[in-house]
Amino acid sequence: MMTIKSKTEGYPRYAPGTHVSGRDISNKNVTYSWWEPEVQYSWSLGPAYGRFLQELKKGKIIGRSCKKCERVIVPPRMFCEYCYRSTDEWIYLKDTGKVETFSISYLDPNARRIKEPILIGVISIDGASPMHGFMHYFNDMKPEDLKIGMKVKAVWKSEKERTGSITDIKYFKPMNEGDK
Amino acid sequence: MNRVAVIGGGMTLFRRRLLETGKELSFLAAKMAMEDSGIEKKDLDMVVMGSAPDAFDGIHMKGENLLDGAAATNKPYVRLFNGGGTGVFAPIAGWWHVASGVADTVLVVCEEKMSSCFPHPQTAFQHIWDPILDRPLHPNLVWLFAMEMNRYMTMHNIKKEDIALVAVKNKRNAVGHPSAQLPDEKITVEDVLNSEIMAWPVQRLDISPPSDGASALILCSEDRAKQYTDDPIFIDGVGWNIDSTMWTNRDLYFPRYVANAAKMAYKMADIHDPKKEIDFAEPYDPFDYKELHHLEGLLLCDKGEAPILTREGVTQRDGKLPVCPSGGLLGVGNPIAATMGQKVCELYWQLSGKAGKRQIPTDPQVGVGQAWGDIMQMGTVIVMRRG
Repeated sequence: MMTIKSKTEGYPRYAPGTHVSGRDISNKNVTYSWWEPEVQYSWSLGPAYGRFLQELKKGKIIGRSCKKCERVIVPPRMFCEYCYRSTDEWIYLKDTGKVETFSISYLDPNARRIKEPILIGVISIDGASPMHGFMHYFNDMKPEDLKIGMKVKAVWKSEKERTGSITDIKYFKPMNEGDK
Repeated sequence: MNRVAVIGGGMTLFRRRLLETGKELSFLAAKMAMEDSGIEKKDLDMVVMGSAPDAFDGIHMKGENLLDGAAATNKPYVRLFNGGGTGVFAPIAGWWHVASGVADTVLVVCEEKMSSCFPHPQTAFQHIWDPILDRPLHPNLVWLFAMEMNRYMTMHNIKKEDIALVAVKNKRNAVGHPSAQLPDEKITVEDVLNSEIMAWPVQRLDISPPSDGASALILCSEDRAKQYTDDPIFIDGVGWNIDSTMWTNRDLYFPRYVANAAKMAYKMADIHDPKKEIDFAEPYDPFDYKELHHLEGLLLCDKGEAPILTREGVTQRDGKLPVCPSGGLLGVGNPIAATMGQKVCELYWQLSGKAGKRQIPTDPQVGVGQAWGDIMQMGTVIVMRRG
Protein backbone atom coordinates (compact mmCIF):
# COMPACT_ATOMS: atom_id res chain seq x y z
CA MET A 1 0.00 0.00 0.00
CA MET A 2 1.18 3.43 -0.78
CA THR A 3 0.08 6.78 0.58
CA ILE A 4 0.95 9.24 -2.14
CA LYS A 5 1.49 12.87 -1.37
CA SER A 6 3.28 14.04 -4.48
CA LYS A 7 3.40 17.80 -4.25
CA THR A 8 3.22 19.82 -7.44
CA GLU A 9 3.70 23.46 -8.23
CA GLY A 10 0.06 23.82 -9.31
CA TYR A 11 -3.34 22.88 -7.92
CA PRO A 12 -4.40 20.49 -6.60
CA ARG A 13 -1.17 20.85 -4.61
CA TYR A 14 -1.26 17.18 -3.61
CA ALA A 15 -3.65 14.29 -4.00
CA PRO A 16 -4.49 12.49 -0.74
CA GLY A 17 -5.43 8.82 -0.77
CA THR A 18 -3.93 5.36 -0.28
CA HIS A 19 -3.52 3.18 -3.34
CA VAL A 20 -4.31 -0.52 -2.85
CA SER A 21 -2.73 -2.71 -5.54
CA GLY A 22 -3.77 -6.17 -6.72
CA ARG A 23 -0.73 -7.52 -4.87
CA ASP A 24 -1.92 -5.91 -1.61
CA ILE A 25 -5.12 -7.91 -1.99
CA SER A 26 -3.50 -11.24 -2.94
CA ASN A 27 -0.94 -10.85 -0.09
CA LYS A 28 -3.81 -10.02 2.29
CA ASN A 29 -2.25 -6.70 3.31
CA VAL A 30 -5.77 -5.33 3.54
CA THR A 31 -8.94 -6.65 5.13
CA TYR A 32 -12.35 -6.52 3.46
CA SER A 33 -15.89 -7.20 4.44
CA TRP A 34 -18.02 -9.11 1.91
CA TRP A 35 -21.72 -9.12 1.07
CA GLU A 36 -23.65 -11.01 -1.59
CA PRO A 37 -27.15 -9.59 -1.99
CA GLU A 38 -29.90 -12.07 -2.81
CA VAL A 39 -32.67 -10.05 -4.37
CA GLN A 40 -35.04 -11.10 -7.15
CA TYR A 41 -37.40 -8.99 -9.21
CA SER A 42 -40.53 -9.63 -11.23
CA TRP A 43 -41.34 -6.77 -13.58
CA SER A 44 -44.83 -5.93 -14.86
CA LEU A 45 -44.67 -5.55 -18.61
CA GLY A 46 -47.42 -2.95 -19.02
CA PRO A 47 -49.86 -2.92 -21.96
CA ALA A 48 -47.31 -1.81 -24.59
CA TYR A 49 -44.42 -4.20 -23.95
CA GLY A 50 -46.90 -6.90 -22.89
CA ARG A 51 -48.58 -6.90 -26.32
CA PHE A 52 -45.20 -6.58 -28.07
CA LEU A 53 -43.90 -9.71 -26.36
CA GLN A 54 -47.17 -11.63 -26.94
CA GLU A 55 -46.83 -10.86 -30.65
CA LEU A 56 -43.20 -11.97 -30.65
CA LYS A 57 -44.45 -15.29 -29.28
CA LYS A 58 -46.64 -15.50 -32.40
CA GLY A 59 -43.66 -14.69 -34.60
CA LYS A 60 -44.73 -11.10 -35.35
CA ILE A 61 -43.29 -7.65 -34.62
CA ILE A 62 -45.86 -4.98 -33.70
CA GLY A 63 -45.56 -1.20 -33.21
CA ARG A 64 -47.81 1.74 -32.27
CA SER A 65 -48.59 4.84 -34.30
CA CYS A 66 -48.69 8.47 -33.20
CA LYS A 67 -50.90 10.32 -35.66
CA LYS A 68 -49.72 13.73 -34.51
CA CYS A 69 -45.99 13.34 -35.29
CA GLU A 70 -46.80 10.64 -37.86
CA ARG A 71 -44.43 8.13 -36.29
CA VAL A 72 -44.72 4.37 -36.32
CA ILE A 73 -42.98 3.50 -33.08
CA VAL A 74 -41.18 0.31 -32.12
CA PRO A 75 -40.65 -0.81 -29.37
CA PRO A 76 -44.28 0.25 -28.88
CA ARG A 77 -45.49 2.50 -26.09
CA MET A 78 -48.94 3.67 -25.07
CA PHE A 79 -47.92 7.34 -25.20
CA CYS A 80 -45.72 9.44 -27.49
CA GLU A 81 -42.94 10.98 -25.42
CA TYR A 82 -42.46 13.90 -27.85
CA CYS A 83 -46.13 14.88 -28.54
CA TYR A 84 -47.03 13.81 -25.00
CA ARG A 85 -50.34 12.23 -25.98
CA SER A 86 -51.69 8.68 -26.14
CA THR A 87 -50.57 6.74 -29.19
CA ASP A 88 -53.28 5.68 -31.65
CA GLU A 89 -53.15 2.23 -33.26
CA TRP A 90 -51.35 -1.10 -33.24
CA ILE A 91 -49.53 -1.72 -36.54
CA TYR A 92 -47.90 -4.99 -37.63
CA LEU A 93 -44.38 -4.49 -39.00
CA LYS A 94 -42.12 -6.70 -41.08
CA ASP A 95 -39.47 -8.93 -39.50
CA THR A 96 -36.82 -7.35 -41.69
CA GLY A 97 -34.86 -4.15 -41.27
CA LYS A 98 -31.63 -2.22 -41.62
CA VAL A 99 -28.50 -2.20 -39.43
CA GLU A 100 -28.20 1.34 -38.01
CA THR A 101 -25.13 0.62 -35.89
CA PHE A 102 -23.32 -2.38 -34.43
CA SER A 103 -20.45 -3.63 -32.29
CA ILE A 104 -18.31 -6.76 -32.27
CA SER A 105 -17.94 -7.55 -28.58
CA TYR A 106 -15.16 -9.51 -26.94
CA LEU A 107 -16.61 -8.76 -23.47
CA ASP A 108 -19.20 -10.72 -21.56
CA PRO A 109 -21.71 -8.93 -19.25
CA ASN A 110 -19.13 -8.91 -16.42
CA ALA A 111 -16.39 -7.47 -18.66
CA ARG A 112 -14.66 -10.85 -18.82
CA ARG A 113 -12.91 -11.58 -22.11
CA ILE A 114 -14.46 -14.03 -24.59
CA LYS A 115 -12.85 -15.57 -27.67
CA GLU A 116 -15.86 -15.86 -29.98
CA PRO A 117 -17.21 -12.34 -30.40
CA ILE A 118 -20.86 -11.42 -29.90
CA LEU A 119 -22.27 -9.43 -32.86
CA ILE A 120 -24.72 -6.87 -31.55
CA GLY A 121 -26.44 -3.80 -32.95
CA VAL A 122 -29.53 -1.71 -33.53
CA ILE A 123 -31.93 -2.77 -36.29
CA SER A 124 -34.51 -0.28 -37.60
CA ILE A 125 -37.57 -2.36 -38.47
CA ASP A 126 -39.22 -2.16 -41.90
CA GLY A 127 -42.64 -0.57 -41.61
CA ALA A 128 -41.64 1.61 -38.64
CA SER A 129 -40.38 5.20 -38.90
CA PRO A 130 -36.72 5.77 -39.84
CA MET A 131 -34.26 5.02 -36.97
CA HIS A 132 -37.01 3.15 -35.06
CA GLY A 133 -36.03 -0.29 -33.91
CA PHE A 134 -34.33 -2.24 -31.16
CA MET A 135 -31.08 -3.90 -30.13
CA HIS A 136 -30.43 -7.52 -31.07
CA TYR A 137 -27.80 -10.06 -32.05
CA PHE A 138 -26.52 -10.82 -35.55
CA ASN A 139 -25.38 -14.20 -36.82
CA ASP A 140 -24.97 -16.31 -40.00
CA MET A 141 -22.26 -13.89 -41.14
CA LYS A 142 -18.60 -13.17 -40.61
CA PRO A 143 -17.87 -10.23 -38.27
CA GLU A 144 -16.11 -8.39 -41.11
CA ASP A 145 -19.25 -8.62 -43.29
CA LEU A 146 -21.41 -6.73 -40.79
CA LYS A 147 -21.97 -3.16 -42.09
CA ILE A 148 -24.14 -0.16 -41.22
CA GLY A 149 -26.94 0.07 -43.78
CA MET A 150 -27.05 -3.68 -44.43
CA LYS A 151 -30.49 -5.33 -44.80
CA VAL A 152 -31.24 -8.08 -42.27
CA LYS A 153 -34.03 -10.51 -41.42
CA ALA A 154 -35.10 -12.05 -38.09
CA VAL A 155 -34.36 -15.70 -37.39
CA TRP A 156 -37.04 -16.95 -34.99
CA LYS A 157 -37.05 -19.70 -32.42
CA SER A 158 -39.53 -22.48 -33.21
CA GLU A 159 -43.10 -21.82 -32.09
CA LYS A 160 -42.69 -24.32 -29.25
CA GLU A 161 -39.56 -22.65 -27.93
CA ARG A 162 -40.98 -19.11 -27.87
CA THR A 163 -41.85 -17.72 -24.45
CA GLY A 164 -42.86 -14.11 -25.10
CA SER A 165 -39.38 -12.57 -24.85
CA ILE A 166 -37.11 -10.44 -27.01
CA THR A 167 -35.07 -13.65 -27.33
CA ASP A 168 -37.95 -15.32 -29.25
CA ILE A 169 -35.99 -13.79 -32.12
CA LYS A 170 -32.70 -15.73 -32.04
CA TYR A 171 -30.80 -13.13 -34.07
CA PHE A 172 -30.87 -11.21 -37.35
CA LYS A 173 -29.15 -12.63 -40.45
CA PRO A 174 -28.19 -11.01 -43.74
CA MET A 175 -31.24 -10.64 -46.00
CA ASN A 176 -31.04 -12.72 -49.14
CA GLU A 177 -32.81 -12.21 -52.42
CA GLY A 178 -36.21 -13.80 -52.09
CA ASP A 179 -36.51 -13.02 -48.34
CA LYS A 180 -39.74 -11.18 -47.62
CA MET B 1 -30.24 35.96 -9.78
CA ASN B 2 -27.09 36.35 -7.69
CA ARG B 3 -23.76 35.89 -9.45
CA VAL B 4 -21.99 32.77 -8.11
CA ALA B 5 -18.25 32.50 -7.51
CA VAL B 6 -15.90 29.54 -7.07
CA ILE B 7 -13.31 30.12 -4.34
CA GLY B 8 -11.80 26.68 -3.70
CA GLY B 9 -11.36 23.19 -5.08
CA GLY B 10 -10.02 19.81 -3.99
CA MET B 11 -9.35 16.35 -5.39
CA THR B 12 -8.11 13.07 -3.95
CA LEU B 13 -5.87 10.58 -5.65
CA PHE B 14 -7.70 8.66 -8.40
CA ARG B 15 -6.88 4.93 -8.48
CA ARG B 16 -8.53 1.61 -9.42
CA ARG B 17 -8.77 0.91 -5.68
CA LEU B 18 -8.21 3.20 -2.74
CA LEU B 19 -8.03 2.09 0.89
CA GLU B 20 -10.25 4.92 2.15
CA THR B 21 -14.04 4.56 2.37
CA GLY B 22 -16.36 6.83 0.41
CA LYS B 23 -16.91 8.94 3.52
CA GLU B 24 -13.17 9.31 4.08
CA LEU B 25 -12.56 10.24 0.44
CA SER B 26 -15.33 12.86 0.69
CA PHE B 27 -13.65 14.27 3.80
CA LEU B 28 -10.21 14.45 2.12
CA ALA B 29 -11.52 16.28 -0.97
CA ALA B 30 -13.85 18.61 0.97
CA LYS B 31 -11.16 19.46 3.53
CA MET B 32 -8.75 20.42 0.73
CA ALA B 33 -11.33 22.72 -0.90
CA MET B 34 -12.14 24.30 2.47
CA GLU B 35 -8.48 24.87 3.33
CA ASP B 36 -7.84 26.24 -0.16
CA SER B 37 -10.59 28.84 0.28
CA GLY B 38 -10.30 29.55 4.01
CA ILE B 39 -13.86 28.30 4.63
CA GLU B 40 -14.68 26.23 7.72
CA LYS B 41 -17.62 23.93 8.35
CA LYS B 42 -19.47 26.60 10.34
CA ASP B 43 -19.33 28.92 7.31
CA LEU B 44 -21.21 26.48 5.08
CA ASP B 45 -24.92 27.17 4.63
CA MET B 46 -25.69 24.06 2.59
CA VAL B 47 -24.03 20.98 1.10
CA VAL B 48 -24.60 19.25 -2.24
CA MET B 49 -23.40 15.66 -2.79
CA GLY B 50 -23.04 14.08 -6.20
CA SER B 51 -22.55 10.33 -6.53
CA ALA B 52 -23.65 8.03 -9.35
CA PRO B 53 -25.35 4.60 -9.19
CA ASP B 54 -25.84 3.12 -5.69
CA ALA B 55 -25.16 -0.30 -7.20
CA PHE B 56 -21.38 0.35 -7.34
CA ASP B 57 -21.19 0.63 -3.57
CA GLY B 58 -23.96 -1.83 -2.78
CA ILE B 59 -25.29 0.82 -0.39
CA HIS B 60 -28.73 2.11 -1.30
CA MET B 61 -29.36 5.77 -0.54
CA LYS B 62 -25.62 6.26 -0.34
CA GLY B 63 -26.08 10.00 0.04
CA GLU B 64 -26.97 9.27 3.67
CA ASN B 65 -23.93 7.03 4.00
CA LEU B 66 -21.62 9.77 2.70
CA LEU B 67 -22.97 12.88 4.40
CA ASP B 68 -20.77 12.83 7.52
CA GLY B 69 -17.69 12.93 5.28
CA ALA B 70 -19.14 15.87 3.36
CA ALA B 71 -19.42 18.26 6.32
CA ALA B 72 -23.22 18.02 6.07
CA THR B 73 -24.33 17.02 9.57
CA ASN B 74 -27.11 19.32 10.81
CA LYS B 75 -27.16 21.27 7.54
CA PRO B 76 -29.48 21.41 4.54
CA TYR B 77 -28.16 18.60 2.32
CA VAL B 78 -29.11 16.94 -0.93
CA ARG B 79 -27.55 14.12 -2.92
CA LEU B 80 -28.26 13.99 -6.62
CA PHE B 81 -27.13 12.05 -9.62
CA ASN B 82 -27.70 11.53 -13.31
CA GLY B 83 -25.06 8.94 -14.06
CA GLY B 84 -22.01 10.35 -15.78
CA GLY B 85 -23.68 13.77 -15.95
CA THR B 86 -23.35 14.13 -12.16
CA GLY B 87 -19.87 15.67 -12.08
CA VAL B 88 -21.21 18.82 -13.73
CA PHE B 89 -24.79 18.55 -12.47
CA ALA B 90 -23.77 18.62 -8.77
CA PRO B 91 -22.01 22.02 -9.14
CA ILE B 92 -25.03 23.22 -11.19
CA ALA B 93 -27.18 22.35 -8.17
CA GLY B 94 -24.69 24.16 -5.93
CA TRP B 95 -25.01 27.12 -8.28
CA TRP B 96 -28.81 27.30 -7.97
CA HIS B 97 -28.58 27.16 -4.16
CA VAL B 98 -26.49 30.36 -4.26
CA ALA B 99 -27.97 32.06 -7.35
CA SER B 100 -31.45 31.84 -5.81
CA GLY B 101 -30.24 33.61 -2.68
CA VAL B 102 -31.24 30.67 -0.45
CA ALA B 103 -27.59 30.10 0.51
CA ASP B 104 -24.48 32.28 0.60
CA THR B 105 -21.82 29.57 0.82
CA VAL B 106 -22.17 25.99 -0.44
CA LEU B 107 -19.87 22.97 -0.47
CA VAL B 108 -20.22 20.60 -3.42
CA VAL B 109 -18.68 17.15 -2.96
CA CYS B 110 -18.60 14.40 -5.58
CA GLU B 111 -17.59 10.87 -4.59
CA GLU B 112 -17.35 7.53 -6.36
CA LYS B 113 -16.00 4.21 -5.18
CA MET B 114 -16.26 1.79 -8.07
CA SER B 115 -13.89 -0.83 -6.67
CA SER B 116 -16.40 -2.22 -4.18
CA CYS B 117 -18.38 -4.01 -6.88
CA PHE B 118 -17.23 -7.53 -7.81
CA PRO B 119 -16.00 -8.93 -10.09
CA HIS B 120 -16.04 -5.59 -11.95
CA PRO B 121 -18.10 -2.35 -11.85
CA GLN B 122 -19.49 -3.50 -15.20
CA THR B 123 -21.53 -6.03 -13.23
CA ALA B 124 -23.44 -3.16 -11.58
CA PHE B 125 -23.86 -1.43 -14.94
CA GLN B 126 -26.03 -4.35 -16.10
CA HIS B 127 -28.73 -2.96 -13.83
CA ILE B 128 -29.14 0.26 -15.81
CA TRP B 129 -30.42 -1.52 -18.96
CA ASP B 130 -34.12 -1.83 -19.73
CA PRO B 131 -35.19 -4.95 -17.81
CA ILE B 132 -37.73 -6.17 -20.39
CA LEU B 133 -36.15 -5.67 -23.80
CA ASP B 134 -32.39 -5.28 -23.19
CA ARG B 135 -31.39 -7.45 -20.23
CA PRO B 136 -32.45 -10.79 -21.74
CA LEU B 137 -29.66 -10.12 -24.31
CA HIS B 138 -27.07 -10.00 -21.45
CA PRO B 139 -25.60 -6.66 -22.51
CA ASN B 140 -22.31 -5.08 -21.49
CA LEU B 141 -22.32 -1.30 -21.05
CA VAL B 142 -19.37 -0.91 -23.44
CA TRP B 143 -21.74 -2.06 -26.22
CA LEU B 144 -23.64 1.22 -25.93
CA PHE B 145 -20.56 3.32 -26.51
CA ALA B 146 -19.23 1.03 -29.21
CA MET B 147 -22.51 1.37 -31.10
CA GLU B 148 -22.55 5.17 -30.68
CA MET B 149 -18.88 5.42 -31.72
CA ASN B 150 -19.50 3.28 -34.79
CA ARG B 151 -22.50 5.38 -35.85
CA TYR B 152 -20.51 8.63 -35.35
CA MET B 153 -17.47 7.29 -37.25
CA THR B 154 -19.54 5.92 -40.10
CA MET B 155 -21.76 9.00 -40.59
CA HIS B 156 -18.72 11.31 -40.84
CA ASN B 157 -16.27 8.81 -42.33
CA ILE B 158 -13.85 9.31 -39.41
CA LYS B 159 -10.69 7.21 -39.13
CA LYS B 160 -9.78 5.46 -35.88
CA GLU B 161 -6.33 7.08 -36.12
CA ASP B 162 -7.90 10.50 -35.66
CA ILE B 163 -9.95 9.33 -32.68
CA ALA B 164 -6.86 7.74 -31.07
CA LEU B 165 -5.18 11.17 -31.12
CA VAL B 166 -7.57 12.22 -28.34
CA ALA B 167 -6.45 9.38 -26.04
CA VAL B 168 -2.82 10.28 -26.75
CA LYS B 169 -3.36 14.00 -26.06
CA ASN B 170 -5.28 13.47 -22.82
CA LYS B 171 -2.97 10.82 -21.36
CA ARG B 172 -0.03 13.14 -22.10
CA ASN B 173 -1.87 16.16 -20.64
CA ALA B 174 -2.40 14.19 -17.41
CA VAL B 175 1.37 13.99 -16.79
CA GLY B 176 2.06 16.09 -13.69
CA HIS B 177 -1.52 15.97 -12.40
CA PRO B 178 -1.06 14.65 -8.85
CA SER B 179 -4.36 12.70 -8.95
CA ALA B 180 -3.71 11.04 -12.31
CA GLN B 181 -4.24 7.29 -12.69
CA LEU B 182 -3.10 6.77 -16.29
CA PRO B 183 -0.74 9.57 -17.33
CA ASP B 184 1.60 8.53 -20.13
CA GLU B 185 4.00 10.93 -21.78
CA LYS B 186 5.24 8.32 -24.26
CA ILE B 187 1.93 6.91 -25.54
CA THR B 188 1.47 6.91 -29.32
CA VAL B 189 -1.41 6.49 -31.75
CA GLU B 190 0.00 3.04 -32.59
CA ASP B 191 -0.28 2.00 -28.93
CA VAL B 192 -3.98 2.87 -28.98
CA LEU B 193 -4.62 1.19 -32.33
CA ASN B 194 -2.75 -1.96 -31.24
CA SER B 195 -4.44 -2.25 -27.86
CA GLU B 196 -6.84 -5.09 -27.11
CA ILE B 197 -10.24 -4.95 -28.82
CA MET B 198 -12.98 -4.77 -26.17
CA ALA B 199 -16.10 -4.21 -28.27
CA TRP B 200 -15.18 -3.02 -31.75
CA PRO B 201 -14.60 -0.17 -32.52
CA VAL B 202 -13.69 0.36 -28.84
CA GLN B 203 -10.19 -0.80 -27.87
CA ARG B 204 -8.69 -0.83 -24.39
CA LEU B 205 -6.83 2.48 -24.72
CA ASP B 206 -9.93 4.21 -26.11
CA ILE B 207 -11.53 3.83 -22.65
CA SER B 208 -10.98 5.61 -19.35
CA PRO B 209 -10.43 3.32 -16.34
CA PRO B 210 -12.82 2.62 -13.46
CA SER B 211 -11.59 4.54 -10.42
CA ASP B 212 -12.11 5.45 -6.78
CA GLY B 213 -11.90 9.12 -5.88
CA ALA B 214 -13.58 12.32 -4.71
CA SER B 215 -13.54 16.01 -5.58
CA ALA B 216 -14.96 19.17 -4.00
CA LEU B 217 -15.72 22.82 -4.71
CA ILE B 218 -16.66 25.83 -2.58
CA LEU B 219 -19.25 28.14 -4.18
CA CYS B 220 -20.42 31.44 -2.76
CA SER B 221 -22.13 34.72 -3.60
CA GLU B 222 -20.14 37.53 -5.20
CA ASP B 223 -20.23 39.60 -1.98
CA ARG B 224 -19.02 36.69 0.14
CA ALA B 225 -16.30 35.86 -2.38
CA LYS B 226 -14.76 39.32 -1.96
CA GLN B 227 -14.05 38.49 1.70
CA TYR B 228 -11.91 35.53 0.66
CA THR B 229 -10.26 36.41 -2.64
CA ASP B 230 -9.32 39.33 -4.90
CA ASP B 231 -9.63 37.18 -7.99
CA PRO B 232 -12.86 35.17 -7.90
CA ILE B 233 -13.87 32.93 -10.77
CA PHE B 234 -17.57 33.02 -11.67
CA ILE B 235 -20.09 30.48 -12.88
CA ASP B 236 -21.87 32.56 -15.51
CA GLY B 237 -23.91 29.94 -17.32
CA VAL B 238 -25.38 26.52 -16.58
CA GLY B 239 -27.46 24.21 -18.75
CA TRP B 240 -28.85 20.71 -18.59
CA ASN B 241 -31.02 18.71 -20.94
CA ILE B 242 -32.11 15.11 -21.42
CA ASP B 243 -33.35 13.15 -24.44
CA SER B 244 -35.65 10.11 -24.56
CA THR B 245 -34.51 6.91 -22.87
CA MET B 246 -35.56 5.07 -26.06
CA TRP B 247 -32.06 5.23 -27.49
CA THR B 248 -32.82 2.75 -30.29
CA ASN B 249 -35.24 5.36 -31.67
CA ARG B 250 -32.64 8.14 -31.95
CA ASP B 251 -29.76 8.82 -34.32
CA LEU B 252 -26.72 8.55 -32.07
CA TYR B 253 -24.34 10.39 -34.39
CA PHE B 254 -25.03 13.79 -32.76
CA PRO B 255 -25.81 14.51 -29.06
CA ARG B 256 -28.64 17.03 -29.51
CA TYR B 257 -29.30 17.05 -25.75
CA VAL B 258 -25.73 18.35 -25.19
CA ALA B 259 -26.39 21.07 -27.79
CA ASN B 260 -29.62 22.01 -25.98
CA ALA B 261 -27.79 22.19 -22.63
CA ALA B 262 -24.96 24.24 -24.20
CA LYS B 263 -27.40 26.72 -25.75
CA MET B 264 -29.05 27.20 -22.34
CA ALA B 265 -25.67 27.82 -20.66
CA TYR B 266 -24.35 30.12 -23.41
CA LYS B 267 -27.52 32.22 -23.36
CA MET B 268 -27.22 32.66 -19.59
CA ALA B 269 -23.53 33.58 -19.93
CA ASP B 270 -24.32 36.05 -22.76
CA ILE B 271 -22.17 34.09 -25.20
CA HIS B 272 -23.37 34.53 -28.79
CA ASP B 273 -20.61 32.84 -30.76
CA PRO B 274 -19.10 30.01 -28.68
CA LYS B 275 -16.49 29.22 -31.37
CA LYS B 276 -14.99 32.68 -30.84
CA GLU B 277 -15.82 33.41 -27.21
CA ILE B 278 -14.85 30.15 -25.45
CA ASP B 279 -11.10 30.00 -24.72
CA PHE B 280 -10.86 26.35 -23.63
CA ALA B 281 -13.05 23.34 -22.93
CA GLU B 282 -13.29 20.32 -20.64
CA PRO B 283 -15.80 18.09 -22.47
CA TYR B 284 -16.58 14.68 -20.95
CA ASP B 285 -14.12 12.09 -22.31
CA PRO B 286 -14.84 8.64 -20.83
CA PHE B 287 -13.95 7.38 -24.34
CA ASP B 288 -11.73 9.21 -26.82
CA TYR B 289 -14.50 9.60 -29.42
CA LYS B 290 -16.70 11.23 -26.76
CA GLU B 291 -14.43 14.29 -26.61
CA LEU B 292 -15.00 14.80 -30.34
CA HIS B 293 -18.73 14.05 -30.14
CA HIS B 294 -19.08 16.52 -27.26
CA LEU B 295 -17.04 19.30 -28.90
CA GLU B 296 -19.61 19.14 -31.69
CA GLY B 297 -22.48 19.00 -29.18
CA LEU B 298 -21.02 22.04 -27.39
CA LEU B 299 -21.17 23.90 -30.74
CA LEU B 300 -17.42 24.61 -30.58
CA CYS B 301 -17.11 23.24 -34.13
CA ASP B 302 -19.32 21.96 -36.93
CA LYS B 303 -20.65 18.39 -37.04
CA GLY B 304 -17.85 16.07 -38.11
CA GLU B 305 -15.20 18.78 -37.71
CA ALA B 306 -13.80 17.85 -34.27
CA PRO B 307 -11.44 15.12 -35.60
CA ILE B 308 -10.00 17.63 -38.08
CA LEU B 309 -9.32 20.22 -35.34
CA THR B 310 -7.66 17.47 -33.29
CA ARG B 311 -5.46 16.36 -36.20
CA GLU B 312 -4.42 20.00 -36.79
CA GLY B 313 -3.37 20.43 -33.13
CA VAL B 314 -6.03 23.06 -32.36
CA THR B 315 -7.08 21.16 -29.21
CA GLN B 316 -3.59 20.78 -27.74
CA ARG B 317 -2.84 22.69 -24.54
CA ASP B 318 -0.95 25.33 -26.56
CA GLY B 319 -3.45 25.26 -29.44
CA LYS B 320 -6.14 27.78 -30.30
CA LEU B 321 -8.82 25.83 -28.40
CA PRO B 322 -7.18 23.74 -25.64
CA VAL B 323 -9.38 20.74 -24.83
CA CYS B 324 -9.08 18.63 -21.65
CA PRO B 325 -5.93 20.39 -20.35
CA SER B 326 -6.51 18.46 -17.09
CA GLY B 327 -5.78 15.16 -18.82
CA GLY B 328 -9.49 14.35 -18.76
CA LEU B 329 -11.02 11.05 -17.75
CA LEU B 330 -8.71 9.20 -20.14
CA GLY B 331 -5.59 10.40 -18.33
CA VAL B 332 -6.65 11.28 -14.78
CA GLY B 333 -9.28 8.55 -14.28
CA ASN B 334 -13.03 8.07 -14.22
CA PRO B 335 -14.58 7.89 -10.73
CA ILE B 336 -17.91 8.85 -12.34
CA ALA B 337 -19.26 11.80 -10.29
CA ALA B 338 -15.82 12.76 -8.95
CA THR B 339 -14.73 13.73 -12.47
CA MET B 340 -16.03 17.13 -11.34
CA GLY B 341 -12.30 17.45 -10.53
CA GLN B 342 -11.37 17.51 -14.24
CA LYS B 343 -14.54 19.11 -15.63
CA VAL B 344 -15.16 21.93 -13.14
CA CYS B 345 -12.29 22.21 -10.59
CA GLU B 346 -9.92 22.35 -13.59
CA LEU B 347 -11.83 25.31 -15.05
CA TYR B 348 -11.37 27.09 -11.72
CA TRP B 349 -7.64 26.26 -11.55
CA GLN B 350 -6.99 27.20 -15.17
CA LEU B 351 -8.95 30.49 -15.01
CA SER B 352 -7.21 31.50 -11.77
CA GLY B 353 -3.77 30.64 -13.20
CA LYS B 354 -3.20 27.94 -10.58
CA ALA B 355 -2.86 24.89 -12.84
CA GLY B 356 0.95 24.72 -12.60
CA LYS B 357 2.44 22.45 -15.25
CA ARG B 358 -1.01 22.00 -16.79
CA GLN B 359 -1.55 25.75 -17.16
CA ILE B 360 -2.79 26.90 -20.57
CA PRO B 361 -0.22 29.48 -21.68
CA THR B 362 -2.65 31.92 -23.35
CA ASP B 363 -4.25 33.46 -20.23
CA PRO B 364 -7.75 32.02 -20.69
CA GLN B 365 -10.75 34.10 -19.60
CA VAL B 366 -13.73 31.85 -20.40
CA GLY B 367 -14.00 28.06 -20.16
CA VAL B 368 -16.74 25.49 -20.64
CA GLY B 369 -17.06 22.15 -18.81
CA GLN B 370 -19.47 19.38 -19.72
CA ALA B 371 -20.53 15.93 -18.60
CA TRP B 372 -22.76 13.26 -20.11
CA GLY B 373 -24.83 10.59 -18.51
CA ASP B 374 -27.77 8.29 -18.00
CA ILE B 375 -28.31 6.15 -21.15
CA MET B 376 -26.56 8.37 -23.73
CA GLN B 377 -29.18 11.06 -23.13
CA MET B 378 -28.10 13.62 -20.49
CA GLY B 379 -26.01 16.73 -21.14
CA THR B 380 -24.79 18.99 -18.31
CA VAL B 381 -22.86 22.17 -19.14
CA ILE B 382 -21.17 24.90 -17.10
CA VAL B 383 -19.55 28.14 -18.32
CA MET B 384 -16.99 29.79 -16.04
CA ARG B 385 -15.37 33.18 -16.43
CA ARG B 386 -12.60 35.17 -14.84
CA GLY B 387 -13.49 38.29 -12.80
